[in-house]
Amino acid sequence: MSRLQIKEGLARALFMAAAGISLLAVALICVFLFANGVPAIAQIGLPDFLFGTTWRPANDIYGIFPMIVGSVYVTAGALLIGVPTGLLCAIFLSRFAHGKVAALLKPGVELLAGIPSVVYGFFGLVVIVPFIRENMSGRGLSLLAASVLLGIMILPTIITVAQSALDAVPRKHYEGALALGADHERSVFRVVVPAASSGIMAGIVLGVGRAIGETMAVIMVAGNQTLIPSSIFEGVRTMTANIVLEMGYAADLHRGALIATGVVLFVFILLITTLFNLIRKRGEAA
Amino acid sequence: MTNATLEAQDVLSARTSGKEPGVPAYVARRTEAAARPGSRADREAAARPKMAVRDLNLYYKDFHALKGIDLEFPENQVTALIGPSGCGKSTLLKSLNRMNDLVEGCRIEGEVTLDGVDAYRAVDVNNLRRRVGMVFQQPNPFPMSVYDNIAFGPRTHGIKKRADLDEIVERSLRDAAIWDELKDRLKKNALGLSGGQQQRLCIARALAVRPEVLLLDESTSALDPISTAKIEELVGELKQKYTVIMVTHNMLQALRVSDKTAFFLMGEMVEAGTTDDIFTNPRDSRTADYVAGRFG
Amino acid sequence: MTSKPTVALEAAGFGPGRPGPQLPGPCEGVAGDDRLAALFAAAEARHAKTRRVVAALLRWLVYVGALLTTLVLLFLVGYILANGVPYLTPSLFAWEYTSDNVSLMPALVNTLLMAALALLMAVPVGVGSAIYLVEYAPRGNRFVQMVRITAETLQGIPSIIYGLFGMLFFVTTLKWNLSLMAGACTLAIMVLPVVMRTTEEALLAVPDAYREGGFGLGAGRLRTVFRCVMPSAVPGILGGVILALGRCVGEVAALMFTAGSIAQVPDFIGGLAEGGLAGLGAHFFDSARTLAVHMYVLASEGLHMNETYATAVVLLVMVVLLNLLATFAAKRMEKGNKHD
Repeated sequence: MSRLQIKEGLARALFMAAAGISLLAVALICVFLFANGVPAIAQIGLPDFLFGTTWRPANDIYGIFPMIVGSVYVTAGALLIGVPTGLLCAIFLSRFAHGKVAALLKPGVELLAGIPSVVYGFFGLVVIVPFIRENMSGRGLSLLAASVLLGIMILPTIITVAQSALDAVPRKHYEGALALGADHERSVFRVVVPAASSGIMAGIVLGVGRAIGETMAVIMVAGNQTLIPSSIFEGVRTMTANIVLEMGYAADLHRGALIATGVVLFVFILLITTLFNLIRKRGEAA
Repeated sequence: MTNATLEAQDVLSARTSGKEPGVPAYVARRTEAAARPGSRADREAAARPKMAVRDLNLYYKDFHALKGIDLEFPENQVTALIGPSGCGKSTLLKSLNRMNDLVEGCRIEGEVTLDGVDAYRAVDVNNLRRRVGMVFQQPNPFPMSVYDNIAFGPRTHGIKKRADLDEIVERSLRDAAIWDELKDRLKKNALGLSGGQQQRLCIARALAVRPEVLLLDESTSALDPISTAKIEELVGELKQKYTVIMVTHNMLQALRVSDKTAFFLMGEMVEAGTTDDIFTNPRDSRTADYVAGRFG
Repeated sequence: MTSKPTVALEAAGFGPGRPGPQLPGPCEGVAGDDRLAALFAAAEARHAKTRRVVAALLRWLVYVGALLTTLVLLFLVGYILANGVPYLTPSLFAWEYTSDNVSLMPALVNTLLMAALALLMAVPVGVGSAIYLVEYAPRGNRFVQMVRITAETLQGIPSIIYGLFGMLFFVTTLKWNLSLMAGACTLAIMVLPVVMRTTEEALLAVPDAYREGGFGLGAGRLRTVFRCVMPSAVPGILGGVILALGRCVGEVAALMFTAGSIAQVPDFIGGLAEGGLAGLGAHFFDSARTLAVHMYVLASEGLHMNETYATAVVLLVMVVLLNLLATFAAKRMEKGNKHD
């Protein structure tokens, strides 16, 4: 073999190994998470763990149902706020904004995406929480505060994905609608938006992933009580918050239960990623 | 003589001997009209203009795309706009239903009238586009069901009752001669249809809003010959109810289908007249050269 | 006399032998046409106002959506700046952290160290895998598909899961303790898919003609990739690296249980003086608090609100700068590809 061939072969092997590292990483993450979490679940009992409504580590009672509900509520609240606003903003950027306005707003949205979650959390703590406390009811640290804050945080995800889906709708659909006598608004809302629906859905699913996985910002504003809230002004604890709040001092089964919370969260995320891929595949097929 | 010229003569022969077997009905009908005695001017003055443009100038920023166009589009006739690409024929077509409004930097001077009424100043643009329907070069059905495609227009204009919509959908599909093919597939996504079917669906969709004028923008250029023939025949029938204006780069198509032809070159209208006159008896040598296939 | 187009029509089934499909011709049912025309005229007149109102409503909704987004952005940034800038005092940038001055300097240095370490690991691996996927792997290869799927999966995993994994693997299993190194490795895995995906996109955007040019001159694949393909992909890759840097700077959840929260820069110089290179290396396994973690700690203690605002300002400014850089890189990428 010539030196060149050796060099080429070596390079090829190196690049391939690099590509293998992400496989290895996912495998390691799965192994370590499951190996540490599953025994705890087995010890607690899966139904008790998932559907138990009491979380009291001092008495070795580990039911994460309130946290699952908390994550779902907070995510739903975030969607309720983030999806309409984000979608409308994406429609604006894609079909209503004129050159200069879009040129200003677009980097703004990117900036919104880049702001670290601690900064969001702090903003929520010093602005949203006091606002709710003073103008509505409760202590302010609440489901509502977390929903509003997360709604803001998923805006850039939804805007970016939805906008690129809207931009990808061929001009001919829009022109076809106009040529039938539909006005700009109807053409956009009844033809362009439906045509982009799978891309928009993908954006929403990505937003769900971001909301359900968000940790620091939620901890700072949600109140973190381990009870299922009965109103939006009550505190709520998400799965992510559960892990961070107690991991610092947990040991033995308690620690295992926290890691198991991570496992449940991980499964949620895997489901969402799969859903996202399905929607995207269907969108490509259409 | 070029091939194109030979073919053109063939078509012309077919037109003048319309009674012979082997000639499509629409040609026969056309030929009778063409065979009527009278001067060229008489024939041109015969029909009432449904639409007209007067001294129309159109600019894209600094580019003067249409230069002082005067043209009438007779009611219940097919008018063909021909000319080499970039000559302004599509631009003219798009200014008839104001689709040029979408183009940034587009400026129009002069007058476009529909039934004698100024289409730019005296008619609501959405109403104008309902009355002047358009079928595009590429079939562009919406990514939704066949039914919803057709019903989109009527719904846009406030028709909500299911029975009315059903009737409109059926009638439009029948008028576009595609009802038999699609009546069992009304709920299927329109993107699953073949290109020719899609284009006829688009014609049906345009017909569904009861237009008075139908604009066809090279609407067969993306289709196979069989689909093209079907649409050409359809156009021949549609003119009984609608005024049809078509842009085509295919001279033979203009010859087969149209009653009136206008020839464009570099943004100017060189000549307009009955199709027979333009192809057999052009006044301008450039027209003669073009229809004889010497450039284009 | 037969003419060609007529023959074509006949062949298409439109000749006289086969009359077209028997439909009620357009001329029949004129009464129905009149009815429909009347229906349209009536509906249009009745509906005209409604549709103007609906259009205006939709337009306003869209404007409100855009306005809300803009206001939220302006308010958030403005509020933090207004409350934080006045407290950007010299003591906040003191070299040593004390619980009085709550200096962010050590955290800032740690952030840079941590990000640099993480990128040092993630960038070669990420770029390398992207090169493999785009330039080497056969299309439709199973291995490639699996790598793509895993990269997508990695990208969707929330940072707290990375934190848990880092804690279980680097901190506990490898016994690195809460350390700069454990944090950096965790971050490296976290940003790996970001680097990989952006590099892949940048490579795919390079026209094939470049590759053909390289091969045409008899260069091997390696030489072709590095000499012909990579140069025009660099701005795109750089954009991805900056994006990854941004994530490292802002990350908290992945670092809480991997890097810890000691507000000191590891004593590398002392280590070097005492134990040489080994001593220096040992300090990579010291706990180190980054700026974002620092801010979280300050905010949750709630004792130094003004300093927290000021820290938030520093974080924001870093993010804005990184954003500008990334945009600049993206513009370069676009320009570069337009030239071709």
